[in-house]
Amino acid sequence: MSAGTSKFGNAFLPVTSILLVLLLLWYVFAYVMNAPFQRELDQRAGENPSFSELVIKTWSQPKPTMPAPHQVAQRLWKTVFGVKPWSKRSLVYHSGVTLSSTLLGFLMGTGLGLIIAIGIVYIPVLEKSFLPWIIASQTIPILAIAPMIIVVLASINITGILPKALISTYLSFFPVAVGMVKGLRSPEAMHLDLMRTYSASNAQIFWKLRIPASVPFFFTSIKVAIAASLVGAIVGELPTGAVAGIGSRLLAGSYYSQTIDIWAALIAGSILAMLLIAAVSMAQSFTARMMGAQP
Amino acid sequence: MSTVAAKPPGIDAGRIFIRIFLPAVFICAAMVWVLNAIAADRIENSSVALLVAIIAWLTACWFNIELSRLSILNLKLSRLRDLCVAAIFGIFILFLWEVFVAVFQIPFILLPPPSAIFERIMASLPILAADFYQTVIKAAFIGWCIGSFSGFMVAVLADRYGFLARGLLPIGNMISALPIIGIAPIMVIWFGFDWHSKAAVVIVMTFFPALVNTLAGLNASGQMERDLMRTYASSHWQTLLKLRLPAAMPFIFNALKINSTLALIGAIVAEFFGTPIVGMGFRISTEVGRMNLDMVWAEIAVAALAGSLFYGGLALLERSVTFWHPSYR
Repeated sequence: MSAGTSKFGNAFLPVTSILLVLLLLWYVFAYVMNAPFQRELDQRAGENPSFSELVIKTWSQPKPTMPAPHQVAQRLWKTVFGVKPWSKRSLVYHSGVTLSSTLLGFLMGTGLGLIIAIGIVYIPVLEKSFLPWIIASQTIPILAIAPMIIVVLASINITGILPKALISTYLSFFPVAVGMVKGLRSPEAMHLDLMRTYSASNAQIFWKLRIPASVPFFFTSIKVAIAASLVGAIVGELPTGAVAGIGSRLLAGSYYSQTIDIWAALIAGSILAMLLIAAVSMAQSFTARMMGAQP
Repeated sequence: MSTVAAKPPGIDAGRIFIRIFLPAVFICAAMVWVLNAIAADRIENSSVALLVAIIAWLTACWFNIELSRLSILNLKLSRLRDLCVAAIFGIFILFLWEVFVAVFQIPFILLPPPSAIFERIMASLPILAADFYQTVIKAAFIGWCIGSFSGFMVAVLADRYGFLARGLLPIGNMISALPIIGIAPIMVIWFGFDWHSKAAVVIVMTFFPALVNTLAGLNASGQMERDLMRTYASSHWQTLLKLRLPAAMPFIFNALKINSTLALIGAIVAEFFGTPIVGMGFRISTEVGRMNLDMVWAEIAVAALAGSLFYGGLALLERSVTFWHPSYR
């Protein structure tokens, strides 16, 4: 425990100071990017503001090129706490839509990845024939076919959550499959031999040695997988024509140049990603404790 | 020592003839017959064609198992064998796709057969080349270069000052997990519709994996080796150039590989938010709207080919740069 806190203390000061510098830079950047348009506006209105007035104005435009942090924070606060969570204007509603397809896709992807990993570990020919194609499948930009999947499935009357979840599935099965192949193979030869001297069956070796040994690999992979399925869900919402979800908020914001809306949706998506990863980390430490790891 | 020369196991002309040569001839013949039957559009034969196709597929599975069981001592031959096993699997995916589409008469909109996609690629090479140039060469490649290089440089600088490294590592790790692709609409507003905005998205997407992996890689060299460098009285930059950067190469190449995929995704998805009338993402979204699914698949095939070739090239480069790494010995 003490090692953990000291590590945290080590990173805390650098992280906060870098974040503060970034925040400052954001304000400077907002001024630099909004100033030309603001000067033009003032010139047309015949005003001649002082420098400090100009700075304040660049930080409070309604449709800025670069919104200032407090504008984004205000919009985020208003759309999260200011409206009812089930209203279409609420980011909670849109996050929920994205979250549901993220989780469905994540579950399907994790299941698929586990099945593939077990198959590869137990059927040797699959490693030579199937694994290269799985790896090749990830070098192609899968997200590029997201709109096609959505439109094609819509043409045979499959709409709603499933098409988006399928994209998340495709993105999230790969890290799980590759990580679990490593994990299921991680027991040392000594341990496998020991199991054999106990005359353990294949199923017993699987449940009592391979599965427990693969747990750390499993959690590392699903952390990557859940982040990937969130990206898949967001991109999957783009071609549906801005109905609901964080991706549709991004698209609507870009149609109407509502930059503050785009940034608020972006921050909401980031918060969602952090919450999901935090949830996985909590599940990881809970499982480690259940398996008897020393805290 | 002299009299008994061990016979190499598994190399036996008769066995190879029965287990390798015969099935291979049968599989090829069956595939040619089925493809001919489908091309001739003899629908009354479709169930027979399906049956033959499935038998050929099962034979190929058995063939693959036999092939991968064959113990080959020669390293090059064994590598060639692995390539064959993978190629047979891939060819049969395409073959069964073609057969299923024809036999079950799957509508063209749902899934065009591979032959139609290939014809479309051949028929519209100029369009595909223009899209490739716009999206892959201009947006993805330039963005990948700038993003990866600046991530690398920032990591090397941050590594000089431990304070920065300790702060940037957790931040970079966190940002790598965020849906960065969402900045695409913002970049389109800032940098316009042409490739510059797409390259900007790619730069941001590739920056953080390069940063995080380089930082991790610079810590990969052992304490002993670093102590040795200190006994040589080498400066920080000497240690960096001669020990820590070479040791970091596997991590850096890992980042470059991750980034090659991210760059293509970033460039294509960013085009969904606004483009000139050329580019792979533009073509995909408009042709989907016009239900020209074969054109969409043609673009995907080009993207897949470009992605795989680039990835393969990086892997080859990695092999020659990190020849000392245990995984290649």
